[in-house]
Amino acid sequence: MTGKKSFSHRHVLAMDDLSRDDISLILDTADSLKSISTRAIKKVPTLRGRTVINLFFEPSTRTRMSFEIAAKRLSADTFNFSASTSSTSKGESLIDTVRTLAAMRPDAVVVRHAASGAPAFIAGCFDREFGGAVSVLNGGDGVHEHPSQSLLDLMTVREAKGAISGLKVAIIGDIAHSRVAHSNITGFTRMGAEVRICGPMTMLPPAAEELGAKVFTDPKEAVRGADVVMTLRIQKERLRGSLIPSLREYAACFAVTPELLALADPEVVVMHPGPLNRGVEIDSRVADGPFSLILDQVENGVAVRMALLFLLLGGKEGE
Amino acid sequence: MSDRGRFLFRNARIIDPASGRDGEGELLVADGRITSLDPAPEEKAGAAAVDLKGMWLVPGLIDMHVHLREPGFEYKEDIESGSRAAAAGGFTAVACMPNTDPVNDCKEVTAYMVARAAGAAVRVYPVGCISRGNRGEELAAFAEMKEAGAVAVSDDGRPVTDSGLMRRALEYAASFGIPVISHSEDLSLAAGGSMNEGRVATRLGLAGIPAEAESIQVFRDTSLAALTGVPVHIAHVSTAASVAVLRMAKDKGWPVTAETAPHYFTLTDEDVASYDTNAKMNPPLRSEADRRAVLEAVSDGTIDVIATDHAPHASHEKEVEFAAAPFGIIGLESSLPLSLELVRQGCLSPLALVERMSAAPARILKVAGGSLAPGAPADLTVIDPDAVHTLTPENLASKSANSPFLGRELRGRAVLTMVGGRAAHDPEGLLRGLGN
Repeated sequence: MTGKKSFSHRHVLAMDDLSRDDISLILDTADSLKSISTRAIKKVPTLRGRTVINLFFEPSTRTRMSFEIAAKRLSADTFNFSASTSSTSKGESLIDTVRTLAAMRPDAVVVRHAASGAPAFIAGCFDREFGGAVSVLNGGDGVHEHPSQSLLDLMTVREAKGAISGLKVAIIGDIAHSRVAHSNITGFTRMGAEVRICGPMTMLPPAAEELGAKVFTDPKEAVRGADVVMTLRIQKERLRGSLIPSLREYAACFAVTPELLALADPEVVVMHPGPLNRGVEIDSRVADGPFSLILDQVENGVAVRMALLFLLLGGKEGE
Repeated sequence: MSDRGRFLFRNARIIDPASGRDGEGELLVADGRITSLDPAPEEKAGAAAVDLKGMWLVPGLIDMHVHLREPGFEYKEDIESGSRAAAAGGFTAVACMPNTDPVNDCKEVTAYMVARAAGAAVRVYPVGCISRGNRGEELAAFAEMKEAGAVAVSDDGRPVTDSGLMRRALEYAASFGIPVISHSEDLSLAAGGSMNEGRVATRLGLAGIPAEAESIQVFRDTSLAALTGVPVHIAHVSTAASVAVLRMAKDKGWPVTAETAPHYFTLTDEDVASYDTNAKMNPPLRSEADRRAVLEAVSDGTIDVIATDHAPHASHEKEVEFAAAPFGIIGLESSLPLSLELVRQGCLSPLALVERMSAAPARILKVAGGSLAPGAPADLTVIDPDAVHTLTPENLASKSANSPFLGRELRGRAVLTMVGGRAAHDPEGLLRGLGN
């Protein structure tokens, strides 16, 4: 982990902010930290005395827990702040909430928020009012970005395939409303992969091709020859917005089935950010099949989040 | 007191689109009215001379689209502070939109605004609602509001969805000679959006408002003007497609006028890119192609008027997540320098600029002003086209500072705003001690 000095960011807000070298450094760091989680004593003293607050304004179990485990394995103290048990339910504004938290002097805050740009807004407040003493990690904001998810996906693919450059990555689902898809379009493209996105046009973002992805409405076309097939959770509330007429019709047209997967590269791997809607966006035979990396993603999530906390906090004075 | 004296403005570049004049000359003002242009020697005897070398002297600027927030939202702005901001920006009159609390949908609210404006720095013309309660269901009482002082009707901010009601509004308004201003927006297409739909919105993860949400409704409203033969004025035009519709409507002779605001010909959706809530307004900042089309339309007269859509919001309302921030930016104190930029770029002659910012709004609203004709009220603006200043929250007269132009160096500003022969804004003391 000699390269940590070259990580020049105070915050990790978006894949869009990270260079190819930044991403490689994070993945290399995650690779070397991964073994900590398989030891009998899963803890190193690296971030002892550091404070990490998980500031979650949206319900989340796995991302929050993954960040919490990552911080604890590096010996940081962690605290959880969730909107339902906090002053935000009493009408406090976001900026007052984060000022209050910053005054408690954390070293890092992991933010999950339903509004795109909320972590950037919070980071701006910390930089202006607290002299840049607090790092912000985006734990998912609206339909903007979910960089730690993209990084764990990149790590998982790199592990399985050896390299990312040159791969064909197909992402199927509600791309327009997926921060995971947005981060992965940027992340995989930046690492030299070809990204294909696929869904009914109602679920594709405006100007999608300008993000650098190839756009498909036919999953057969999108999956043909693909090295990686990623499918996204279909949220039932999208039915109300007339994006799709029914889950049944969506499943019939866009579910990742063994038949669809047969069109991909023979060595294809399948990924899903979870939680799964079995029988909607993914067939159980695929989710549980030999190509599935879904549980590797979860395991690598801890390693990637350890790497992010280490790179942001590990080099600070006072150790 | 310098009020209502006899003033002789000398050596100014006099720009008066009504007479087509653009050249050096003298203007005599007495008893609150314009007495004459280039007065004879005996006429100007005894008048206090004001040397305006290097300055432009123009009919008072008129902003036909502002939100003064009174009654109901006085913490954002009120008639007093908003009219001071207007005077500071060179405006001698403003038309204020009805989305107050309560909304201005009846003569009582109109009369309240008129009473509150009695001591204001500039002329304040209330605009009444098109529909009762601004709900888009039934017509408000246009004749009563006009009687109380309303100069136009509009459902600005919450447009009329029902095309049948909009048709009736045009017909009914015409019966009383009340102009109709349309905020043209298809609400179902715009629903949930907080910035222009496109590449930047997708990158920021923000729900978009497509350009067509505007142009579809511009086509509806201009078509209704054709159907009824009643003029309609389209507010805050922001897209190339709307410009194309307006051009077509005007080619066909439909009774249509339109306005835009300086931010639409100055900024694009790229200026939102750091989630700057001071770059959030409705309609939103559009693409570069839209910006250019709006600029061209202002230049060729397809867009008749430059207004501001001055929409003050308190800092705590704008210091929030982008999607949660209210739409709107202030504009009264930046409009003139941003519009003068068009003159410097060669897109607009000085005469055309004054036409867009004074003569045209006066004509459309059928209010006094907009010309330097003898006998008209002495509503005048003196512009130093080269004065440079930087917009800061501290030097704004407005109560709010929600502007994307904060910190920007602006060129050109009003050095005297005269309303009815009185100085409403005279930062350099041009008239100080000159009363007679």
